[in-house]
Amino acid sequence: MSELFRVEGEDLVLLGGRSRSSGLHHFPRSDVCPYTGADDVETVELPRSGSLWLWTSVTSAPPGYDGPVPYGFGVVELDGIDLRVIGRLTEADPNALREGQPVRVVAERFGDVTTWAFAPA
Amino acid sequence: MGVRTGVSGVEIVGAAMTRFGRFDDRTAIDLGAEAVIGALRAAGEPAIDAAFCGTAYTGVAAGHRVLGRLGRTGVPIVDVEAGCASGAAALALGAAAIRSGQHRTVLVLGTEKMPKGMIRSSFFEPWQEAAGLSPAPAYFALRAQRLLRERGLTKDDLAAVVVKNRANGAHNPLAMFQKAVTADDVLASRVVCEPLHLWMLCSPNEGAAAVVLRAGDGGVQVRAAEVRSHLPGSVLNEATPLAGIHDEGITPPTTLAADAAYAAAGIGPDDVDVVECQDTDAARELLTYEELRLCEPGAQAKVLADGDVALGGRQPVNPSGGLLSKGEPLGASALGQVVELVDQLRGECGARQVPGARVALAHTVGRGANASVVLLAR
Repeated sequence: MSELFRVEGEDLVLLGGRSRSSGLHHFPRSDVCPYTGADDVETVELPRSGSLWLWTSVTSAPPGYDGPVPYGFGVVELDGIDLRVIGRLTEADPNALREGQPVRVVAERFGDVTTWAFAPA
Repeated sequence: MGVRTGVSGVEIVGAAMTRFGRFDDRTAIDLGAEAVIGALRAAGEPAIDAAFCGTAYTGVAAGHRVLGRLGRTGVPIVDVEAGCASGAAALALGAAAIRSGQHRTVLVLGTEKMPKGMIRSSFFEPWQEAAGLSPAPAYFALRAQRLLRERGLTKDDLAAVVVKNRANGAHNPLAMFQKAVTADDVLASRVVCEPLHLWMLCSPNEGAAAVVLRAGDGGVQVRAAEVRSHLPGSVLNEATPLAGIHDEGITPPTTLAADAAYAAAGIGPDDVDVVECQDTDAARELLTYEELRLCEPGAQAKVLADGDVALGGRQPVNPSGGLLSKGEPLGASALGQVVELVDQLRGECGARQVPGARVALAHTVGRGANASVVLLAR
């Protein structure tokens, strides 16, 4: 799999793909457009901000996961493009979040894992 | 056998299942053998021309190991994996083999022993698990939150689904849970992933089911058995991608399978007397109503409140108790639905009988994504 993201201190840039013919974005980057099969994909830096669409909280560790619980988990609509991305949320209390809330993409670290997460902007 | 029958119908001549639950001293092969023995006995111990076995976790040659117990090998035996639709996929292959004239009598079985706790599968990459991006109930919860918001539903509606199904399950001696519950009980169970409480989620478990199909135009007919995968694009579909586009115009796999089945059978959603559907979680059942075209999008609250989907209602859903009562052994669950519906169509369900049922629909959706719709009629 190609690189998922690039870390810049506390911030993180998701690396996705965009098909020239379909104009559609995807993540993680694939060699072909996952919606149309076109092989005209270019790597693009995805927007660093978005709005919260759906969210929940994971209260017990899923298999293969050694990080902290509970943790937030949700879907964000990135600004300016048609792409909804799954990810961890830095806010684990679902009652502290609301639909459409502005968020930014950040780096989250625990153990030897670094992954992307969404933080209230 | 290569026998050309000249008969287009596919009849279910025997159906049986084990209880679904946890059986620490029994293997998936033990469970499969019990179901197959029951189905063959009910069918009058016919010779079979082929066997299709649905399973996801049993490993290589599960069907061979079951039939090897019974001295029934030598015929073609094919294992079929299609996530929650595995049993229905096996049924679809068996029915097609009969319709084509390739075989006259086919055994279809499904068996499973699920790992305990949250389902772990080869579906996710190790890095995704380590990052906490593989929690199955959280994906269910996100879809549930969307459904509640877009369809004007509440947690009380989710609890009402559990109350309905568990009340039905109390009449099913083959269910894992045979005790009715109240809405207060459901809402008092711990939150797994908001808005889903523990009792709103089905339990992965163990069990087996089997049916014997034969070319013929009588009895309980398999009118359609359709399996479909997801179209690309939706971040919330059961393929659980990490991203997706706006999906409002993307037809979900359940609807693809349902429309194909309705067309193949010449049966419409209003013709269906009784339904067994995938209630992985309570919200999944409510979403399924509209995906199967059993109700208009947004009519779920009214359908529930009016009792349409309860026993005694216009179109009962999950009279067996559903997966919320039975639990879900992946490879067996779709055939467990079929066994229930065969019994319903024969009027053999006692306290959970849907009176006069003539047309029945079984539905699954899960990993893959895979969705299945089976239409039975007598």
